Amino acid sequence: MPEKKRPIYLDNHATTPVDPRVLAAMRPWWEENFANPGSVEHAMGRAAEAAVEQARAELAELIGAEAREMVLTSGATEANNLAIKGAARFSVSQDGSRKRIVTLATEHKCVLESVRDLAAEGFEPVILGVGADGLVDLDALRAAVDERTLLVSVMAVNNEIGVIQDLAAIGAMAKAAGALFHTDAAQAAGRVPIDVEEIQADLVSLSGHKMYGPKGIGALYVRRRPRVRLAPLFSGGGQERGLRSGTLPTPLVVGLGEAARIAGGEGMLDAGRIAGQRQRFLDALGARIPGLVVNAATAPRVAGNLSLTFPGGVSAQAVMEAAPGVCVSTGSACSSAAIEPSYVLRAMGLDETRARASLRLGFGRFTSPQDVDRAAVMLAEAWSRVREG
Amino acid sequence: MIYLDANATEPLRPEARAAAIAAMDCLGNPSSVHGEGRAARRLLEAARTTLAKRFGPGEVVFTSGGTEANALAIHGLSSGRRMLVGATEHLAVLAAAPGAQPIPVDGQGRAALDALEALLRDGPALVCLMAANNETGVLHPITEAAALCRAAGARLHVDAVQAAGRGPVPGGWDSLAVSGHKFGGAKGAGALVLRPGIEIGALIAGGGQERGRRGGTEALPAIVAMAAAVTCAPAALTALRDQMEQRLRDLAPELVIVGEGAPRLGNTSCLALPGVAAETQVIALDLAGVRVSAGAACSSGKVARSHVLVAMGLGELAGSAIRVSLPWNATAADIEGFVDAWAAMRARLSRRGP
Repeated sequence: MPEKKRPIYLDNHATTPVDPRVLAAMRPWWEENFANPGSVEHAMGRAAEAAVEQARAELAELIGAEAREMVLTSGATEANNLAIKGAARFSVSQDGSRKRIVTLATEHKCVLESVRDLAAEGFEPVILGVGADGLVDLDALRAAVDERTLLVSVMAVNNEIGVIQDLAAIGAMAKAAGALFHTDAAQAAGRVPIDVEEIQADLVSLSGHKMYGPKGIGALYVRRRPRVRLAPLFSGGGQERGLRSGTLPTPLVVGLGEAARIAGGEGMLDAGRIAGQRQRFLDALGARIPGLVVNAATAPRVAGNLSLTFPGGVSAQAVMEAAPGVCVSTGSACSSAAIEPSYVLRAMGLDETRARASLRLGFGRFTSPQDVDRAAVMLAEAWSRVREG
Repeated sequence: MIYLDANATEPLRPEARAAAIAAMDCLGNPSSVHGEGRAARRLLEAARTTLAKRFGPGEVVFTSGGTEANALAIHGLSSGRRMLVGATEHLAVLAAAPGAQPIPVDGQGRAALDALEALLRDGPALVCLMAANNETGVLHPITEAAALCRAAGARLHVDAVQAAGRGPVPGGWDSLAVSGHKFGGAKGAGALVLRPGIEIGALIAGGGQERGRRGGTEALPAIVAMAAAVTCAPAALTALRDQMEQRLRDLAPELVIVGEGAPRLGNTSCLALPGVAAETQVIALDLAGVRVSAGAACSSGKVARSHVLVAMGLGELAGSAIRVSLPWNATAADIEGFVDAWAAMRARLSRRGP
């Protein structure tokens, strides 16, 4: 019997397939040495610890950081929580007077929820809108960031519309005001160059499964010079210099390190090829669907992303359901089960009808030209069927 | 090489390894609604059902491990309540409950129920008591403590990180923390099991995963490995451990087996050799190819004396105790090898003692 064909996966913002090289690097830590990397009293534990440290160095190199500046977490959501709540709560412990936290309406839910949690702890959230291109207005940001500002948190690459914010300008603004600068780089790392010195970042969140690594691992870059201090989200055995307790999952950490190493070497080559696939897809789909709109088309964007609005008043959800052979999404995966239209698209000024007619596509390292050709045909046919009812 | 440091982490069970590696091929995000996402969701929910069956009735919230599960429980349940925390709890619990009143333990390491009963009289409380201690394997009287808590209207959180998957886990709790890698699952996944009807807020806020109790994309490979490991029959290690202790006692009359008089986990032995520093013993055994520890792995390398053994009133002896913990695949040959290495170590090191 022929093997059932797997759907075409064009949802690389939700999660990416694991690179076979990553799995190969991880396997020995599942199959041979299973030790706790905290067990430095014995040789097996020390070998696991060495593997963790090598991975930490690979990860640091991807963003121009030092290994000891990387705090390993369960993922970017935890890293974002640790960065934002950790900076704020440490400031409280030092009787800091800065209470303002500036972020964007288009940030990932976990950033917005962390900031909202802090409002209940006496902080002043300032949530800035974005333009029709999805970018923050730098003048508005400059006006919002002042000597009362503790932290500026702006994501590097948006998870729905793929736009790349001007991090160097934003970092400079935060530094000029004496504020901390955090960026959620879960969607950016390995896809666009990130250098913590160039962008003057104090805190950078990273995720393994967004760069062809495993789920369940991520990291927070925490600047050492000048030293950025955080309060941990939870404590215990004191791993990760007390910032993040819990046994380090060696196989996942090794996978993250290998994913970072590959991304450092090949990420920019991938980007060129992936941008080509995206254009090929867009040309094919646009030819079949006149009036198809690319959202945030004028902004710089990550190679793999497309946010499209279908013409004809159709629901993107219905188009997706009519094209089960293609894996795409209407927005961020965490809220994909929700009925609400994307708050990111609404923040860019799309009305509810247009937001509901919008689809997110994420092309990746393993997307082939055949995939994009077939996906364009399937989605165009699905759109026609839905429009005709 | 002989690995007897199960309480730090256990070798992966083959069933867990197969499940983790298979899940690496499942490319969807469990929160995505498309086919690949739904396939990932099915794996996740099957794992949740497996854990709920094994440890419940209760609702399973997946976490990154035992430390986070304990922190989440205390974050979620402590509001408006005094904290009463066993004196020998893991640091993950102690650190999450600053200012808690300690529940004393007796000389065998068991929580003193009369003291708990007295502490419970002072108003609403959250009690944290571990099912089995990580350093001594001593089992706390959870069922009795749960009855006292219920009578006093207190909540009970049980850290079952060492007990889960190794034998029966007592009931009567409001929340229960477990960790996959302590019973042959993969590192990077644990769970907090909530008694039906218990609601908690998130410690890690985010995209609404785990019904809003824990944000972040779930660590699917580690979670399915935990579920695969929990379905394996617990290893019967008590006889092997008891034989080991008997042989050591015969060899060394000065040996003290900590918590010997209490019910203990079948895999754990805390062995004090008077006059020889625990670190020295562990290093000597490591050179002989035997992996054991001087206490909790997380605090390995630190010189601080074990708070567990100090709370038990061991005094000087606390600095001379090593932890030997048998993994699910321990064999009689492992025990033979350990006893020989231990005897040689004692013969060499005890001569230097006073």
